[in-house]
Amino acid sequence: MTQTPRISVQPTRRPQDDLAIKIDVKHLNFYYGPKQVLFDCTLPIRERSITALIGPSGCGKSTFIRCLNRMNDTILGTRTEGEILLDEVNILEPTVDVVGLRRMVGMVFQKPNPFPKSIYENIAFGPRVLGMKVQMDEVVEQSLRRAALWDEVKDKLRQSALALSSGQQQRLCIARALAVQPEVILLDEPASALDPIATLKIEELLMELKHDYTIVLVTHNMQQAARASDRTVFFLLGEIIEDSTTDDMFNQPKDKRTEDYITGRFG
Amino acid sequence: MSMEHTQMPSLAHKRLPSGDALKRNVKARRGKGRVYQTMFLSSLLIGLTALVLLLFNIVNSAFGYVALEYRKPPEQLLQNRPLSDVSKEELIAILKEHLTSGRFRNLDRQSPFAERTKEEVWTVVLEDVARERVERSWTLTESLLNRAAIQAEVAEKYRDARLQFRSWINWSFITTPMSSTPMLAGVRTALLGSLWVIMITIAIALPLGVGAAIYLEEYASRSRINQIIQTNINNLAGVPSIIYGMLGLSIFVRALGPVTSGQVFGIDNPNGRTILSAAMTMALLILPLIIINAQEAIRAVPNSIRQASYGVGATKWQTIWHHVLPIAFPGILTGNILAMSRAIGETAPLIVIGASTYIVVNPDGPFSRFTVLPIQVYNWTSQPQPEFKNIAAAAIMVLLGVLLTLNSVAVILRNRFRKSL
Repeated sequence: MTQTPRISVQPTRRPQDDLAIKIDVKHLNFYYGPKQVLFDCTLPIRERSITALIGPSGCGKSTFIRCLNRMNDTILGTRTEGEILLDEVNILEPTVDVVGLRRMVGMVFQKPNPFPKSIYENIAFGPRVLGMKVQMDEVVEQSLRRAALWDEVKDKLRQSALALSSGQQQRLCIARALAVQPEVILLDEPASALDPIATLKIEELLMELKHDYTIVLVTHNMQQAARASDRTVFFLLGEIIEDSTTDDMFNQPKDKRTEDYITGRFG
Repeated sequence: MSMEHTQMPSLAHKRLPSGDALKRNVKARRGKGRVYQTMFLSSLLIGLTALVLLLFNIVNSAFGYVALEYRKPPEQLLQNRPLSDVSKEELIAILKEHLTSGRFRNLDRQSPFAERTKEEVWTVVLEDVARERVERSWTLTESLLNRAAIQAEVAEKYRDARLQFRSWINWSFITTPMSSTPMLAGVRTALLGSLWVIMITIAIALPLGVGAAIYLEEYASRSRINQIIQTNINNLAGVPSIIYGMLGLSIFVRALGPVTSGQVFGIDNPNGRTILSAAMTMALLILPLIIINAQEAIRAVPNSIRQASYGVGATKWQTIWHHVLPIAFPGILTGNILAMSRAIGETAPLIVIGASTYIVVNPDGPFSRFTVLPIQVYNWTSQPQPEFKNIAAAAIMVLLGVLLTLNSVAVILRNRFRKSL
């Protein structure tokens, strides 16, 4: 019962092998209290490309991505084993400064979560608390331009960010992440709360941003993974089942379970 | 399987009402809903009635006719001259003539007559010699409904008295200090005492309470000890206030006496029964209230905001300071309003720590002896003369006025803060 996947794949994709490995995850185990949710995950993530993580709900994609900037530290009773090398440095070492790490590895969440402040303040908060010596107006404009939001909001920077549409809010969150000049951007289902047009805008934006940043994208939407990503990783029950280029993943999956999932037989 | 399918419609047909039965069913369900609605409405009405009765009771006593009579009419004392024509020395002579020498010496010792102004001496004359007295007072309802009867009664029983409609709450009531004569008594010292106590209480309790709440919500782990602490804070909110009074007496008044009396700061004060002790006791009393409310407010801040802040590299404290506290602030202020209302009306602990009931000197700082409005009300209501009931009602109105003013300031602050978010 073999069936060719019906999902079309982005045609022009950059070759993968020439890209250096930005984040190297080795034998990562993760526990919420006594419950283990990630099992021996090993994954190289290449710089200046989009890596999509797919898999059914509860398979550990979000937990995995939250390990990459140690956001799970903020949850009580969690434990991490293994290594995550960011530029050859193991970020799981207790000596690593998580605040500095999170500046390097920015994050955008599932639900747009702008601060209940003005648009300007949303962007300026990061550079300000980090004590970055920058021209704030410039940083705000640049970040908003990069997030393709500048033209829509340039006349209302002092207005509340909560007045924006949810698509605009999500791009604002991306701009906020960019403002602290990260090298990696983690996105945890950034478009799941958005309508198709806003989703498309986010995807276009990501494809633009990947020229400068390493992007890791968690998504429920396989079309989105196929459209936007260079590499796709399939998670199931806390394990990495398959990790390959997006073309291979959707055209000739190596594992039966991957094939079942992407053809919609379960999940 | 197919059997079940075919049976389903007939089953539904039997069980679900239709036609007239449906109408009856819907009517019965609506009726039930209406019963509950009526119950809720009536509980609201009962509450409102109680409130209206309370206010009516106060207003009823605070206004009304009084029959006033002088022991010695002032005109007679001044021999029908206007006050401006009479010198201070003549007034002092009047005092000497009508007062016992012991009383005169006593007054002179309190504050030498030579140093008093003419107006002050005149006040003493009115208070001690002319002695205008309320022969009888009537409530507002009596005054409005039985005016003729009251006038007849005054004409018959109190021939020399004049009938006057009196608002027991008036400007001089607010601005004069205590007196043992109801006509001349005021609440200035009690009002100032209340304001001093409440301000210092809030200044102590708000930072402490919010700090504790931040620690419990943002830093503390869910360990056993922290859970015990949490439970105890919740229990403390229900401890009777008199117990806080006893705590305040033994710790702030007695043990910390040198500090609360101001002796260590070189202030000559016999004991620690001061505004500072009262405020510290009150702060302890409302601390659990503030902590619990602040915790609720902090807990209500969405976690996504904290994560967003961490996500751009903010530290825990930056996250709390820039995001959690501003968002929680309106809720914290709401808790503060509740706590303040409780503190300003609290009497028992202050009686225990030894607030005075008779204070004629303005409290002028944390180390003053003091009294507060509720103690004044309590004291006046326990006096035998009926006029004290009138000034107690007036003092309650002042207390309510202070309470409403402080609360509205807090509400305005809160709304302004909400708008800026």
